[in-house]
Amino acid sequence: MKILISIILSALLAYAAGIYGNLPWWSFVITNLIVAIAIPQKAFYSFLSGFVAIGLLWCGLAILIDQGNDHILSMKVATILPLKGSYIALIALTTFIGALLGGLASLTGSFVRASK
Amino acid sequence: MRLLPLIASAILTTGLVFTLDTQLKIGNSKAPRLGYFLSPQHGFWKNAEKINTNFDATIIANELKGNVDVYVDDRLVPHIYADHDEDAYFVQGYLHAKFRLWQMDFETRVASGRLSEIAGADKLPIDRFFRRLGMVYGAEQTEANINATNPLMKTTLDAYTAGVNAYIKQLDPADLPFEFKLMNYAPEDWTPKKTYLFLMFMSYDLTGRSANADLQLTNTRDYLGYDLFDKLYTNKQDSLDPIIPKGTVFAKPSIVPQKPIKSDSSYLHNTKALAFNNEIMPEAPDKNNGSNNWAVSGSKTKSGRPILCSDPHLGLNLPSLWYEMQITTPTHSTYGASFPGSPAVIIGFNDSLAWGVTNAGRDVFDYYEIKFKDSTRNEYWYNGAWKPTTKRKEIIKVKDSTDVIEDIAMTNWGPTMFDAHYQNPQSKGRNLAVQWTAHSTSTGVETFYQLNRAKNYEDYLHAISLWTCPGQNFVLATKTGDIAIKQQGRFVARWERQGDFIMPGEDSSFAWQGIIPNDENPIIKNPARGFVSSANQPATDPTYPYYLGAASAFPLYRGISVNKHLTSMNQITPQDMQAMQTDNYNVFAATARPALMRYLQLDKLSNDAKKMVNEMTNWDLNNSVDSKGITVFKIIWDSVEQAVWGDELAGSTIPLTKPEAFVLLDQMNKDSNWSIADDIRTKDKVENFKDQVTLGVENATKKLLELEKENKLEWSLFKATRILHLTKMPALSRLNLPIGGGVNIINATTENHGPSWRMIVHLTDEIEAYGLYPGGQSGNPGSPYYDSFVNTWAAGQYYRFLFLGKEKLKQNARTKWHLQFKAA
Repeated sequence: MKILISIILSALLAYAAGIYGNLPWWSFVITNLIVAIAIPQKAFYSFLSGFVAIGLLWCGLAILIDQGNDHILSMKVATILPLKGSYIALIALTTFIGALLGGLASLTGSFVRASK
Repeated sequence: MRLLPLIASAILTTGLVFTLDTQLKIGNSKAPRLGYFLSPQHGFWKNAEKINTNFDATIIANELKGNVDVYVDDRLVPHIYADHDEDAYFVQGYLHAKFRLWQMDFETRVASGRLSEIAGADKLPIDRFFRRLGMVYGAEQTEANINATNPLMKTTLDAYTAGVNAYIKQLDPADLPFEFKLMNYAPEDWTPKKTYLFLMFMSYDLTGRSANADLQLTNTRDYLGYDLFDKLYTNKQDSLDPIIPKGTVFAKPSIVPQKPIKSDSSYLHNTKALAFNNEIMPEAPDKNNGSNNWAVSGSKTKSGRPILCSDPHLGLNLPSLWYEMQITTPTHSTYGASFPGSPAVIIGFNDSLAWGVTNAGRDVFDYYEIKFKDSTRNEYWYNGAWKPTTKRKEIIKVKDSTDVIEDIAMTNWGPTMFDAHYQNPQSKGRNLAVQWTAHSTSTGVETFYQLNRAKNYEDYLHAISLWTCPGQNFVLATKTGDIAIKQQGRFVARWERQGDFIMPGEDSSFAWQGIIPNDENPIIKNPARGFVSSANQPATDPTYPYYLGAASAFPLYRGISVNKHLTSMNQITPQDMQAMQTDNYNVFAATARPALMRYLQLDKLSNDAKKMVNEMTNWDLNNSVDSKGITVFKIIWDSVEQAVWGDELAGSTIPLTKPEAFVLLDQMNKDSNWSIADDIRTKDKVENFKDQVTLGVENATKKLLELEKENKLEWSLFKATRILHLTKMPALSRLNLPIGGGVNIINATTENHGPSWRMIVHLTDEIEAYGLYPGGQSGNPGSPYYDSFVNTWAAGQYYRFLFLGKEKLKQNARTKWHLQFKAA
């Protein structure tokens, strides 16, 4: 239950912070940290919450945008990056980058709590 | 104690944020900040535009005098309806920025030598070139002139600038155009100076070829000697069909340019070994930067009303140079192609008339050699005395590095582009100053501002009289039945060959002796033949009292093709004009193929070569998409050229200019024993055209067999026309387009160059107009409108323009969106 709340809360706060274009793209690192401090979990579960929250958020947003765009831009970017033009690979990369950083942020949060 | 894991994971997290927030180097270029770039709420995903985006919007702006309605049609073409002219230009600026902001920023960066600032030291050669050429200097001259003397244009530019900046100001960082995110920089405020810089770039693109060509021609003359040079690079064009028909009598000139007495010894034949190469230059402007335009009078059309056609040939890029729009205010109603970066419509029509432009190609750029007193370059020798220079400092900011400062000595001629600080190993000690009409003050876009409002022939004459650089052929057709064409610009009154090569700059004897008065520029109105036309050929035959410039600047054959069509056509409809504008007939090959066949010794050919010759002779002379004959013809012709003058040019370590194709063709047609045909490397044998054509065909066959193996014999596969994104990134470009045409063809589409805008205007009571450009209205690579016209363009098809009053347009079925601009 705790993990579910943590995931939902992290994702929501990350999304909310992301609405403001003037805030840095990594604002979710801070919000994840706060959620992890507020909802104490064991290190692994904390990491997992952050990982899944941001992973789902970034994956979901990317898929939603990409569907609406008929892959026009994703296929171009996936050629520049280079991912052989695969929009699926690009969404996977987006998801992984977000998830990894999200997980690490929440992990750090859990250690803050534990180190007190 | 869990402090250790805390520290470890904190460091790891911060480290990862830092890494993902840094531009990493991938190969030679820098990657975007990956975390930022991939973030769906900040990065490139935000630019992936919804297929069915609703462009409706309400914009409130303090700067507006009244409300402005913009209706946008299904091709994303905006139709602006404003109560005040200034409001219309404010909105034009806003829309240019909304759809093309990055391109506007990038193009003016190139023009002003500021690429290094965003892309690093790699771009320094380009930046230094444009700075030393005086691009910023020229823009400053025009800006100062307009601020001091032209309140109308100043107001117009200020309104346009305010519109661009109003868009930039409201832009959420997450919605920055894609390329800013990719290259990791942000737009800066627009200024009128940027518009002048953009216009300087057009001047460079259309007249700056001399910056390279004059050096190459000088080198070529030095290598060959003037006498041989004058044979291979002759200015005599046997097949010339000029813009002003042959036999026209020209008025007595007001300036009679006098060739300096010493010009033979100290200029034409002065072949001291001077050696420049073009290593330090960016890509020179395309030689085929040209265009077609023509107008037919009512006597030749089915409706009895004139039809005007215009297709400017320029480098093909995405986002396109052009942005289509309608501007309607109480003073005028105009439709056509505009430049993102500049107010007004550049090529188009209004409710009284239509106009179009082609490049004049006249030489308005010269180099003068300077003698400095010493290495300080504070004084230079001129007319028997040491004169002081002034110094112009150009500071180039370089990303991740220190500034580079260009300290340019200004002379009476202009900026000293080449000196000890800017050269290559072969050019030591040479100082070259540039004199270029683009450096003098201009009236900016006033010509187009006035054309947008012109009602008749007199208004047109007045509007174009304000035009200075780059010289253009302005074609006109009016609803009242007039057609006309005039070559207009600030043209130098030259003596023959003046400025083809670097000129001595130590005194005034080689100076320009005047600017040709406007009323002596070539013009023709309502000729008996019922049409006017231009396709970059020389404006006049040699009886015109002024020298136009080296023949290599003027392609001949497209003009012949255009005039042939127009002469034979009658009862013309806009559909006929569409067919003509996309015509692929090769008028050069029509003459060159029989010439080749006349000299060809079939019995001496290999079987493979015979097969290729067969392909060429069966060809229908059309450069169509799937034609193999044109590929075979082209390779054979190039090989024969190589066989004929490869020997004369061989052995030069510096790049030389290749003679023009017409020179060889004219000689093949009139002098079968032309001495140049001999291969001077074979001492025991004298070759003639027969030997060289046969040799050329055999050499070509080797290449053609390879092409056949690669399956690249079909013309469009061989030519591989592409429209490159301004960064040249293939992923953002359109490659291998199925389109015919080529050099010398009315459909002048080459590898990366061609009709950048096609327009046909039928001047009926309610104007009937068609056209398109190879791009799309949106500059965003993530938009379906990014390249939405490309396939239609390649297929040679057209869109009918919606040119209507506000109420009619509002109700038109093709109108989709409404942008309301409201005064605050």
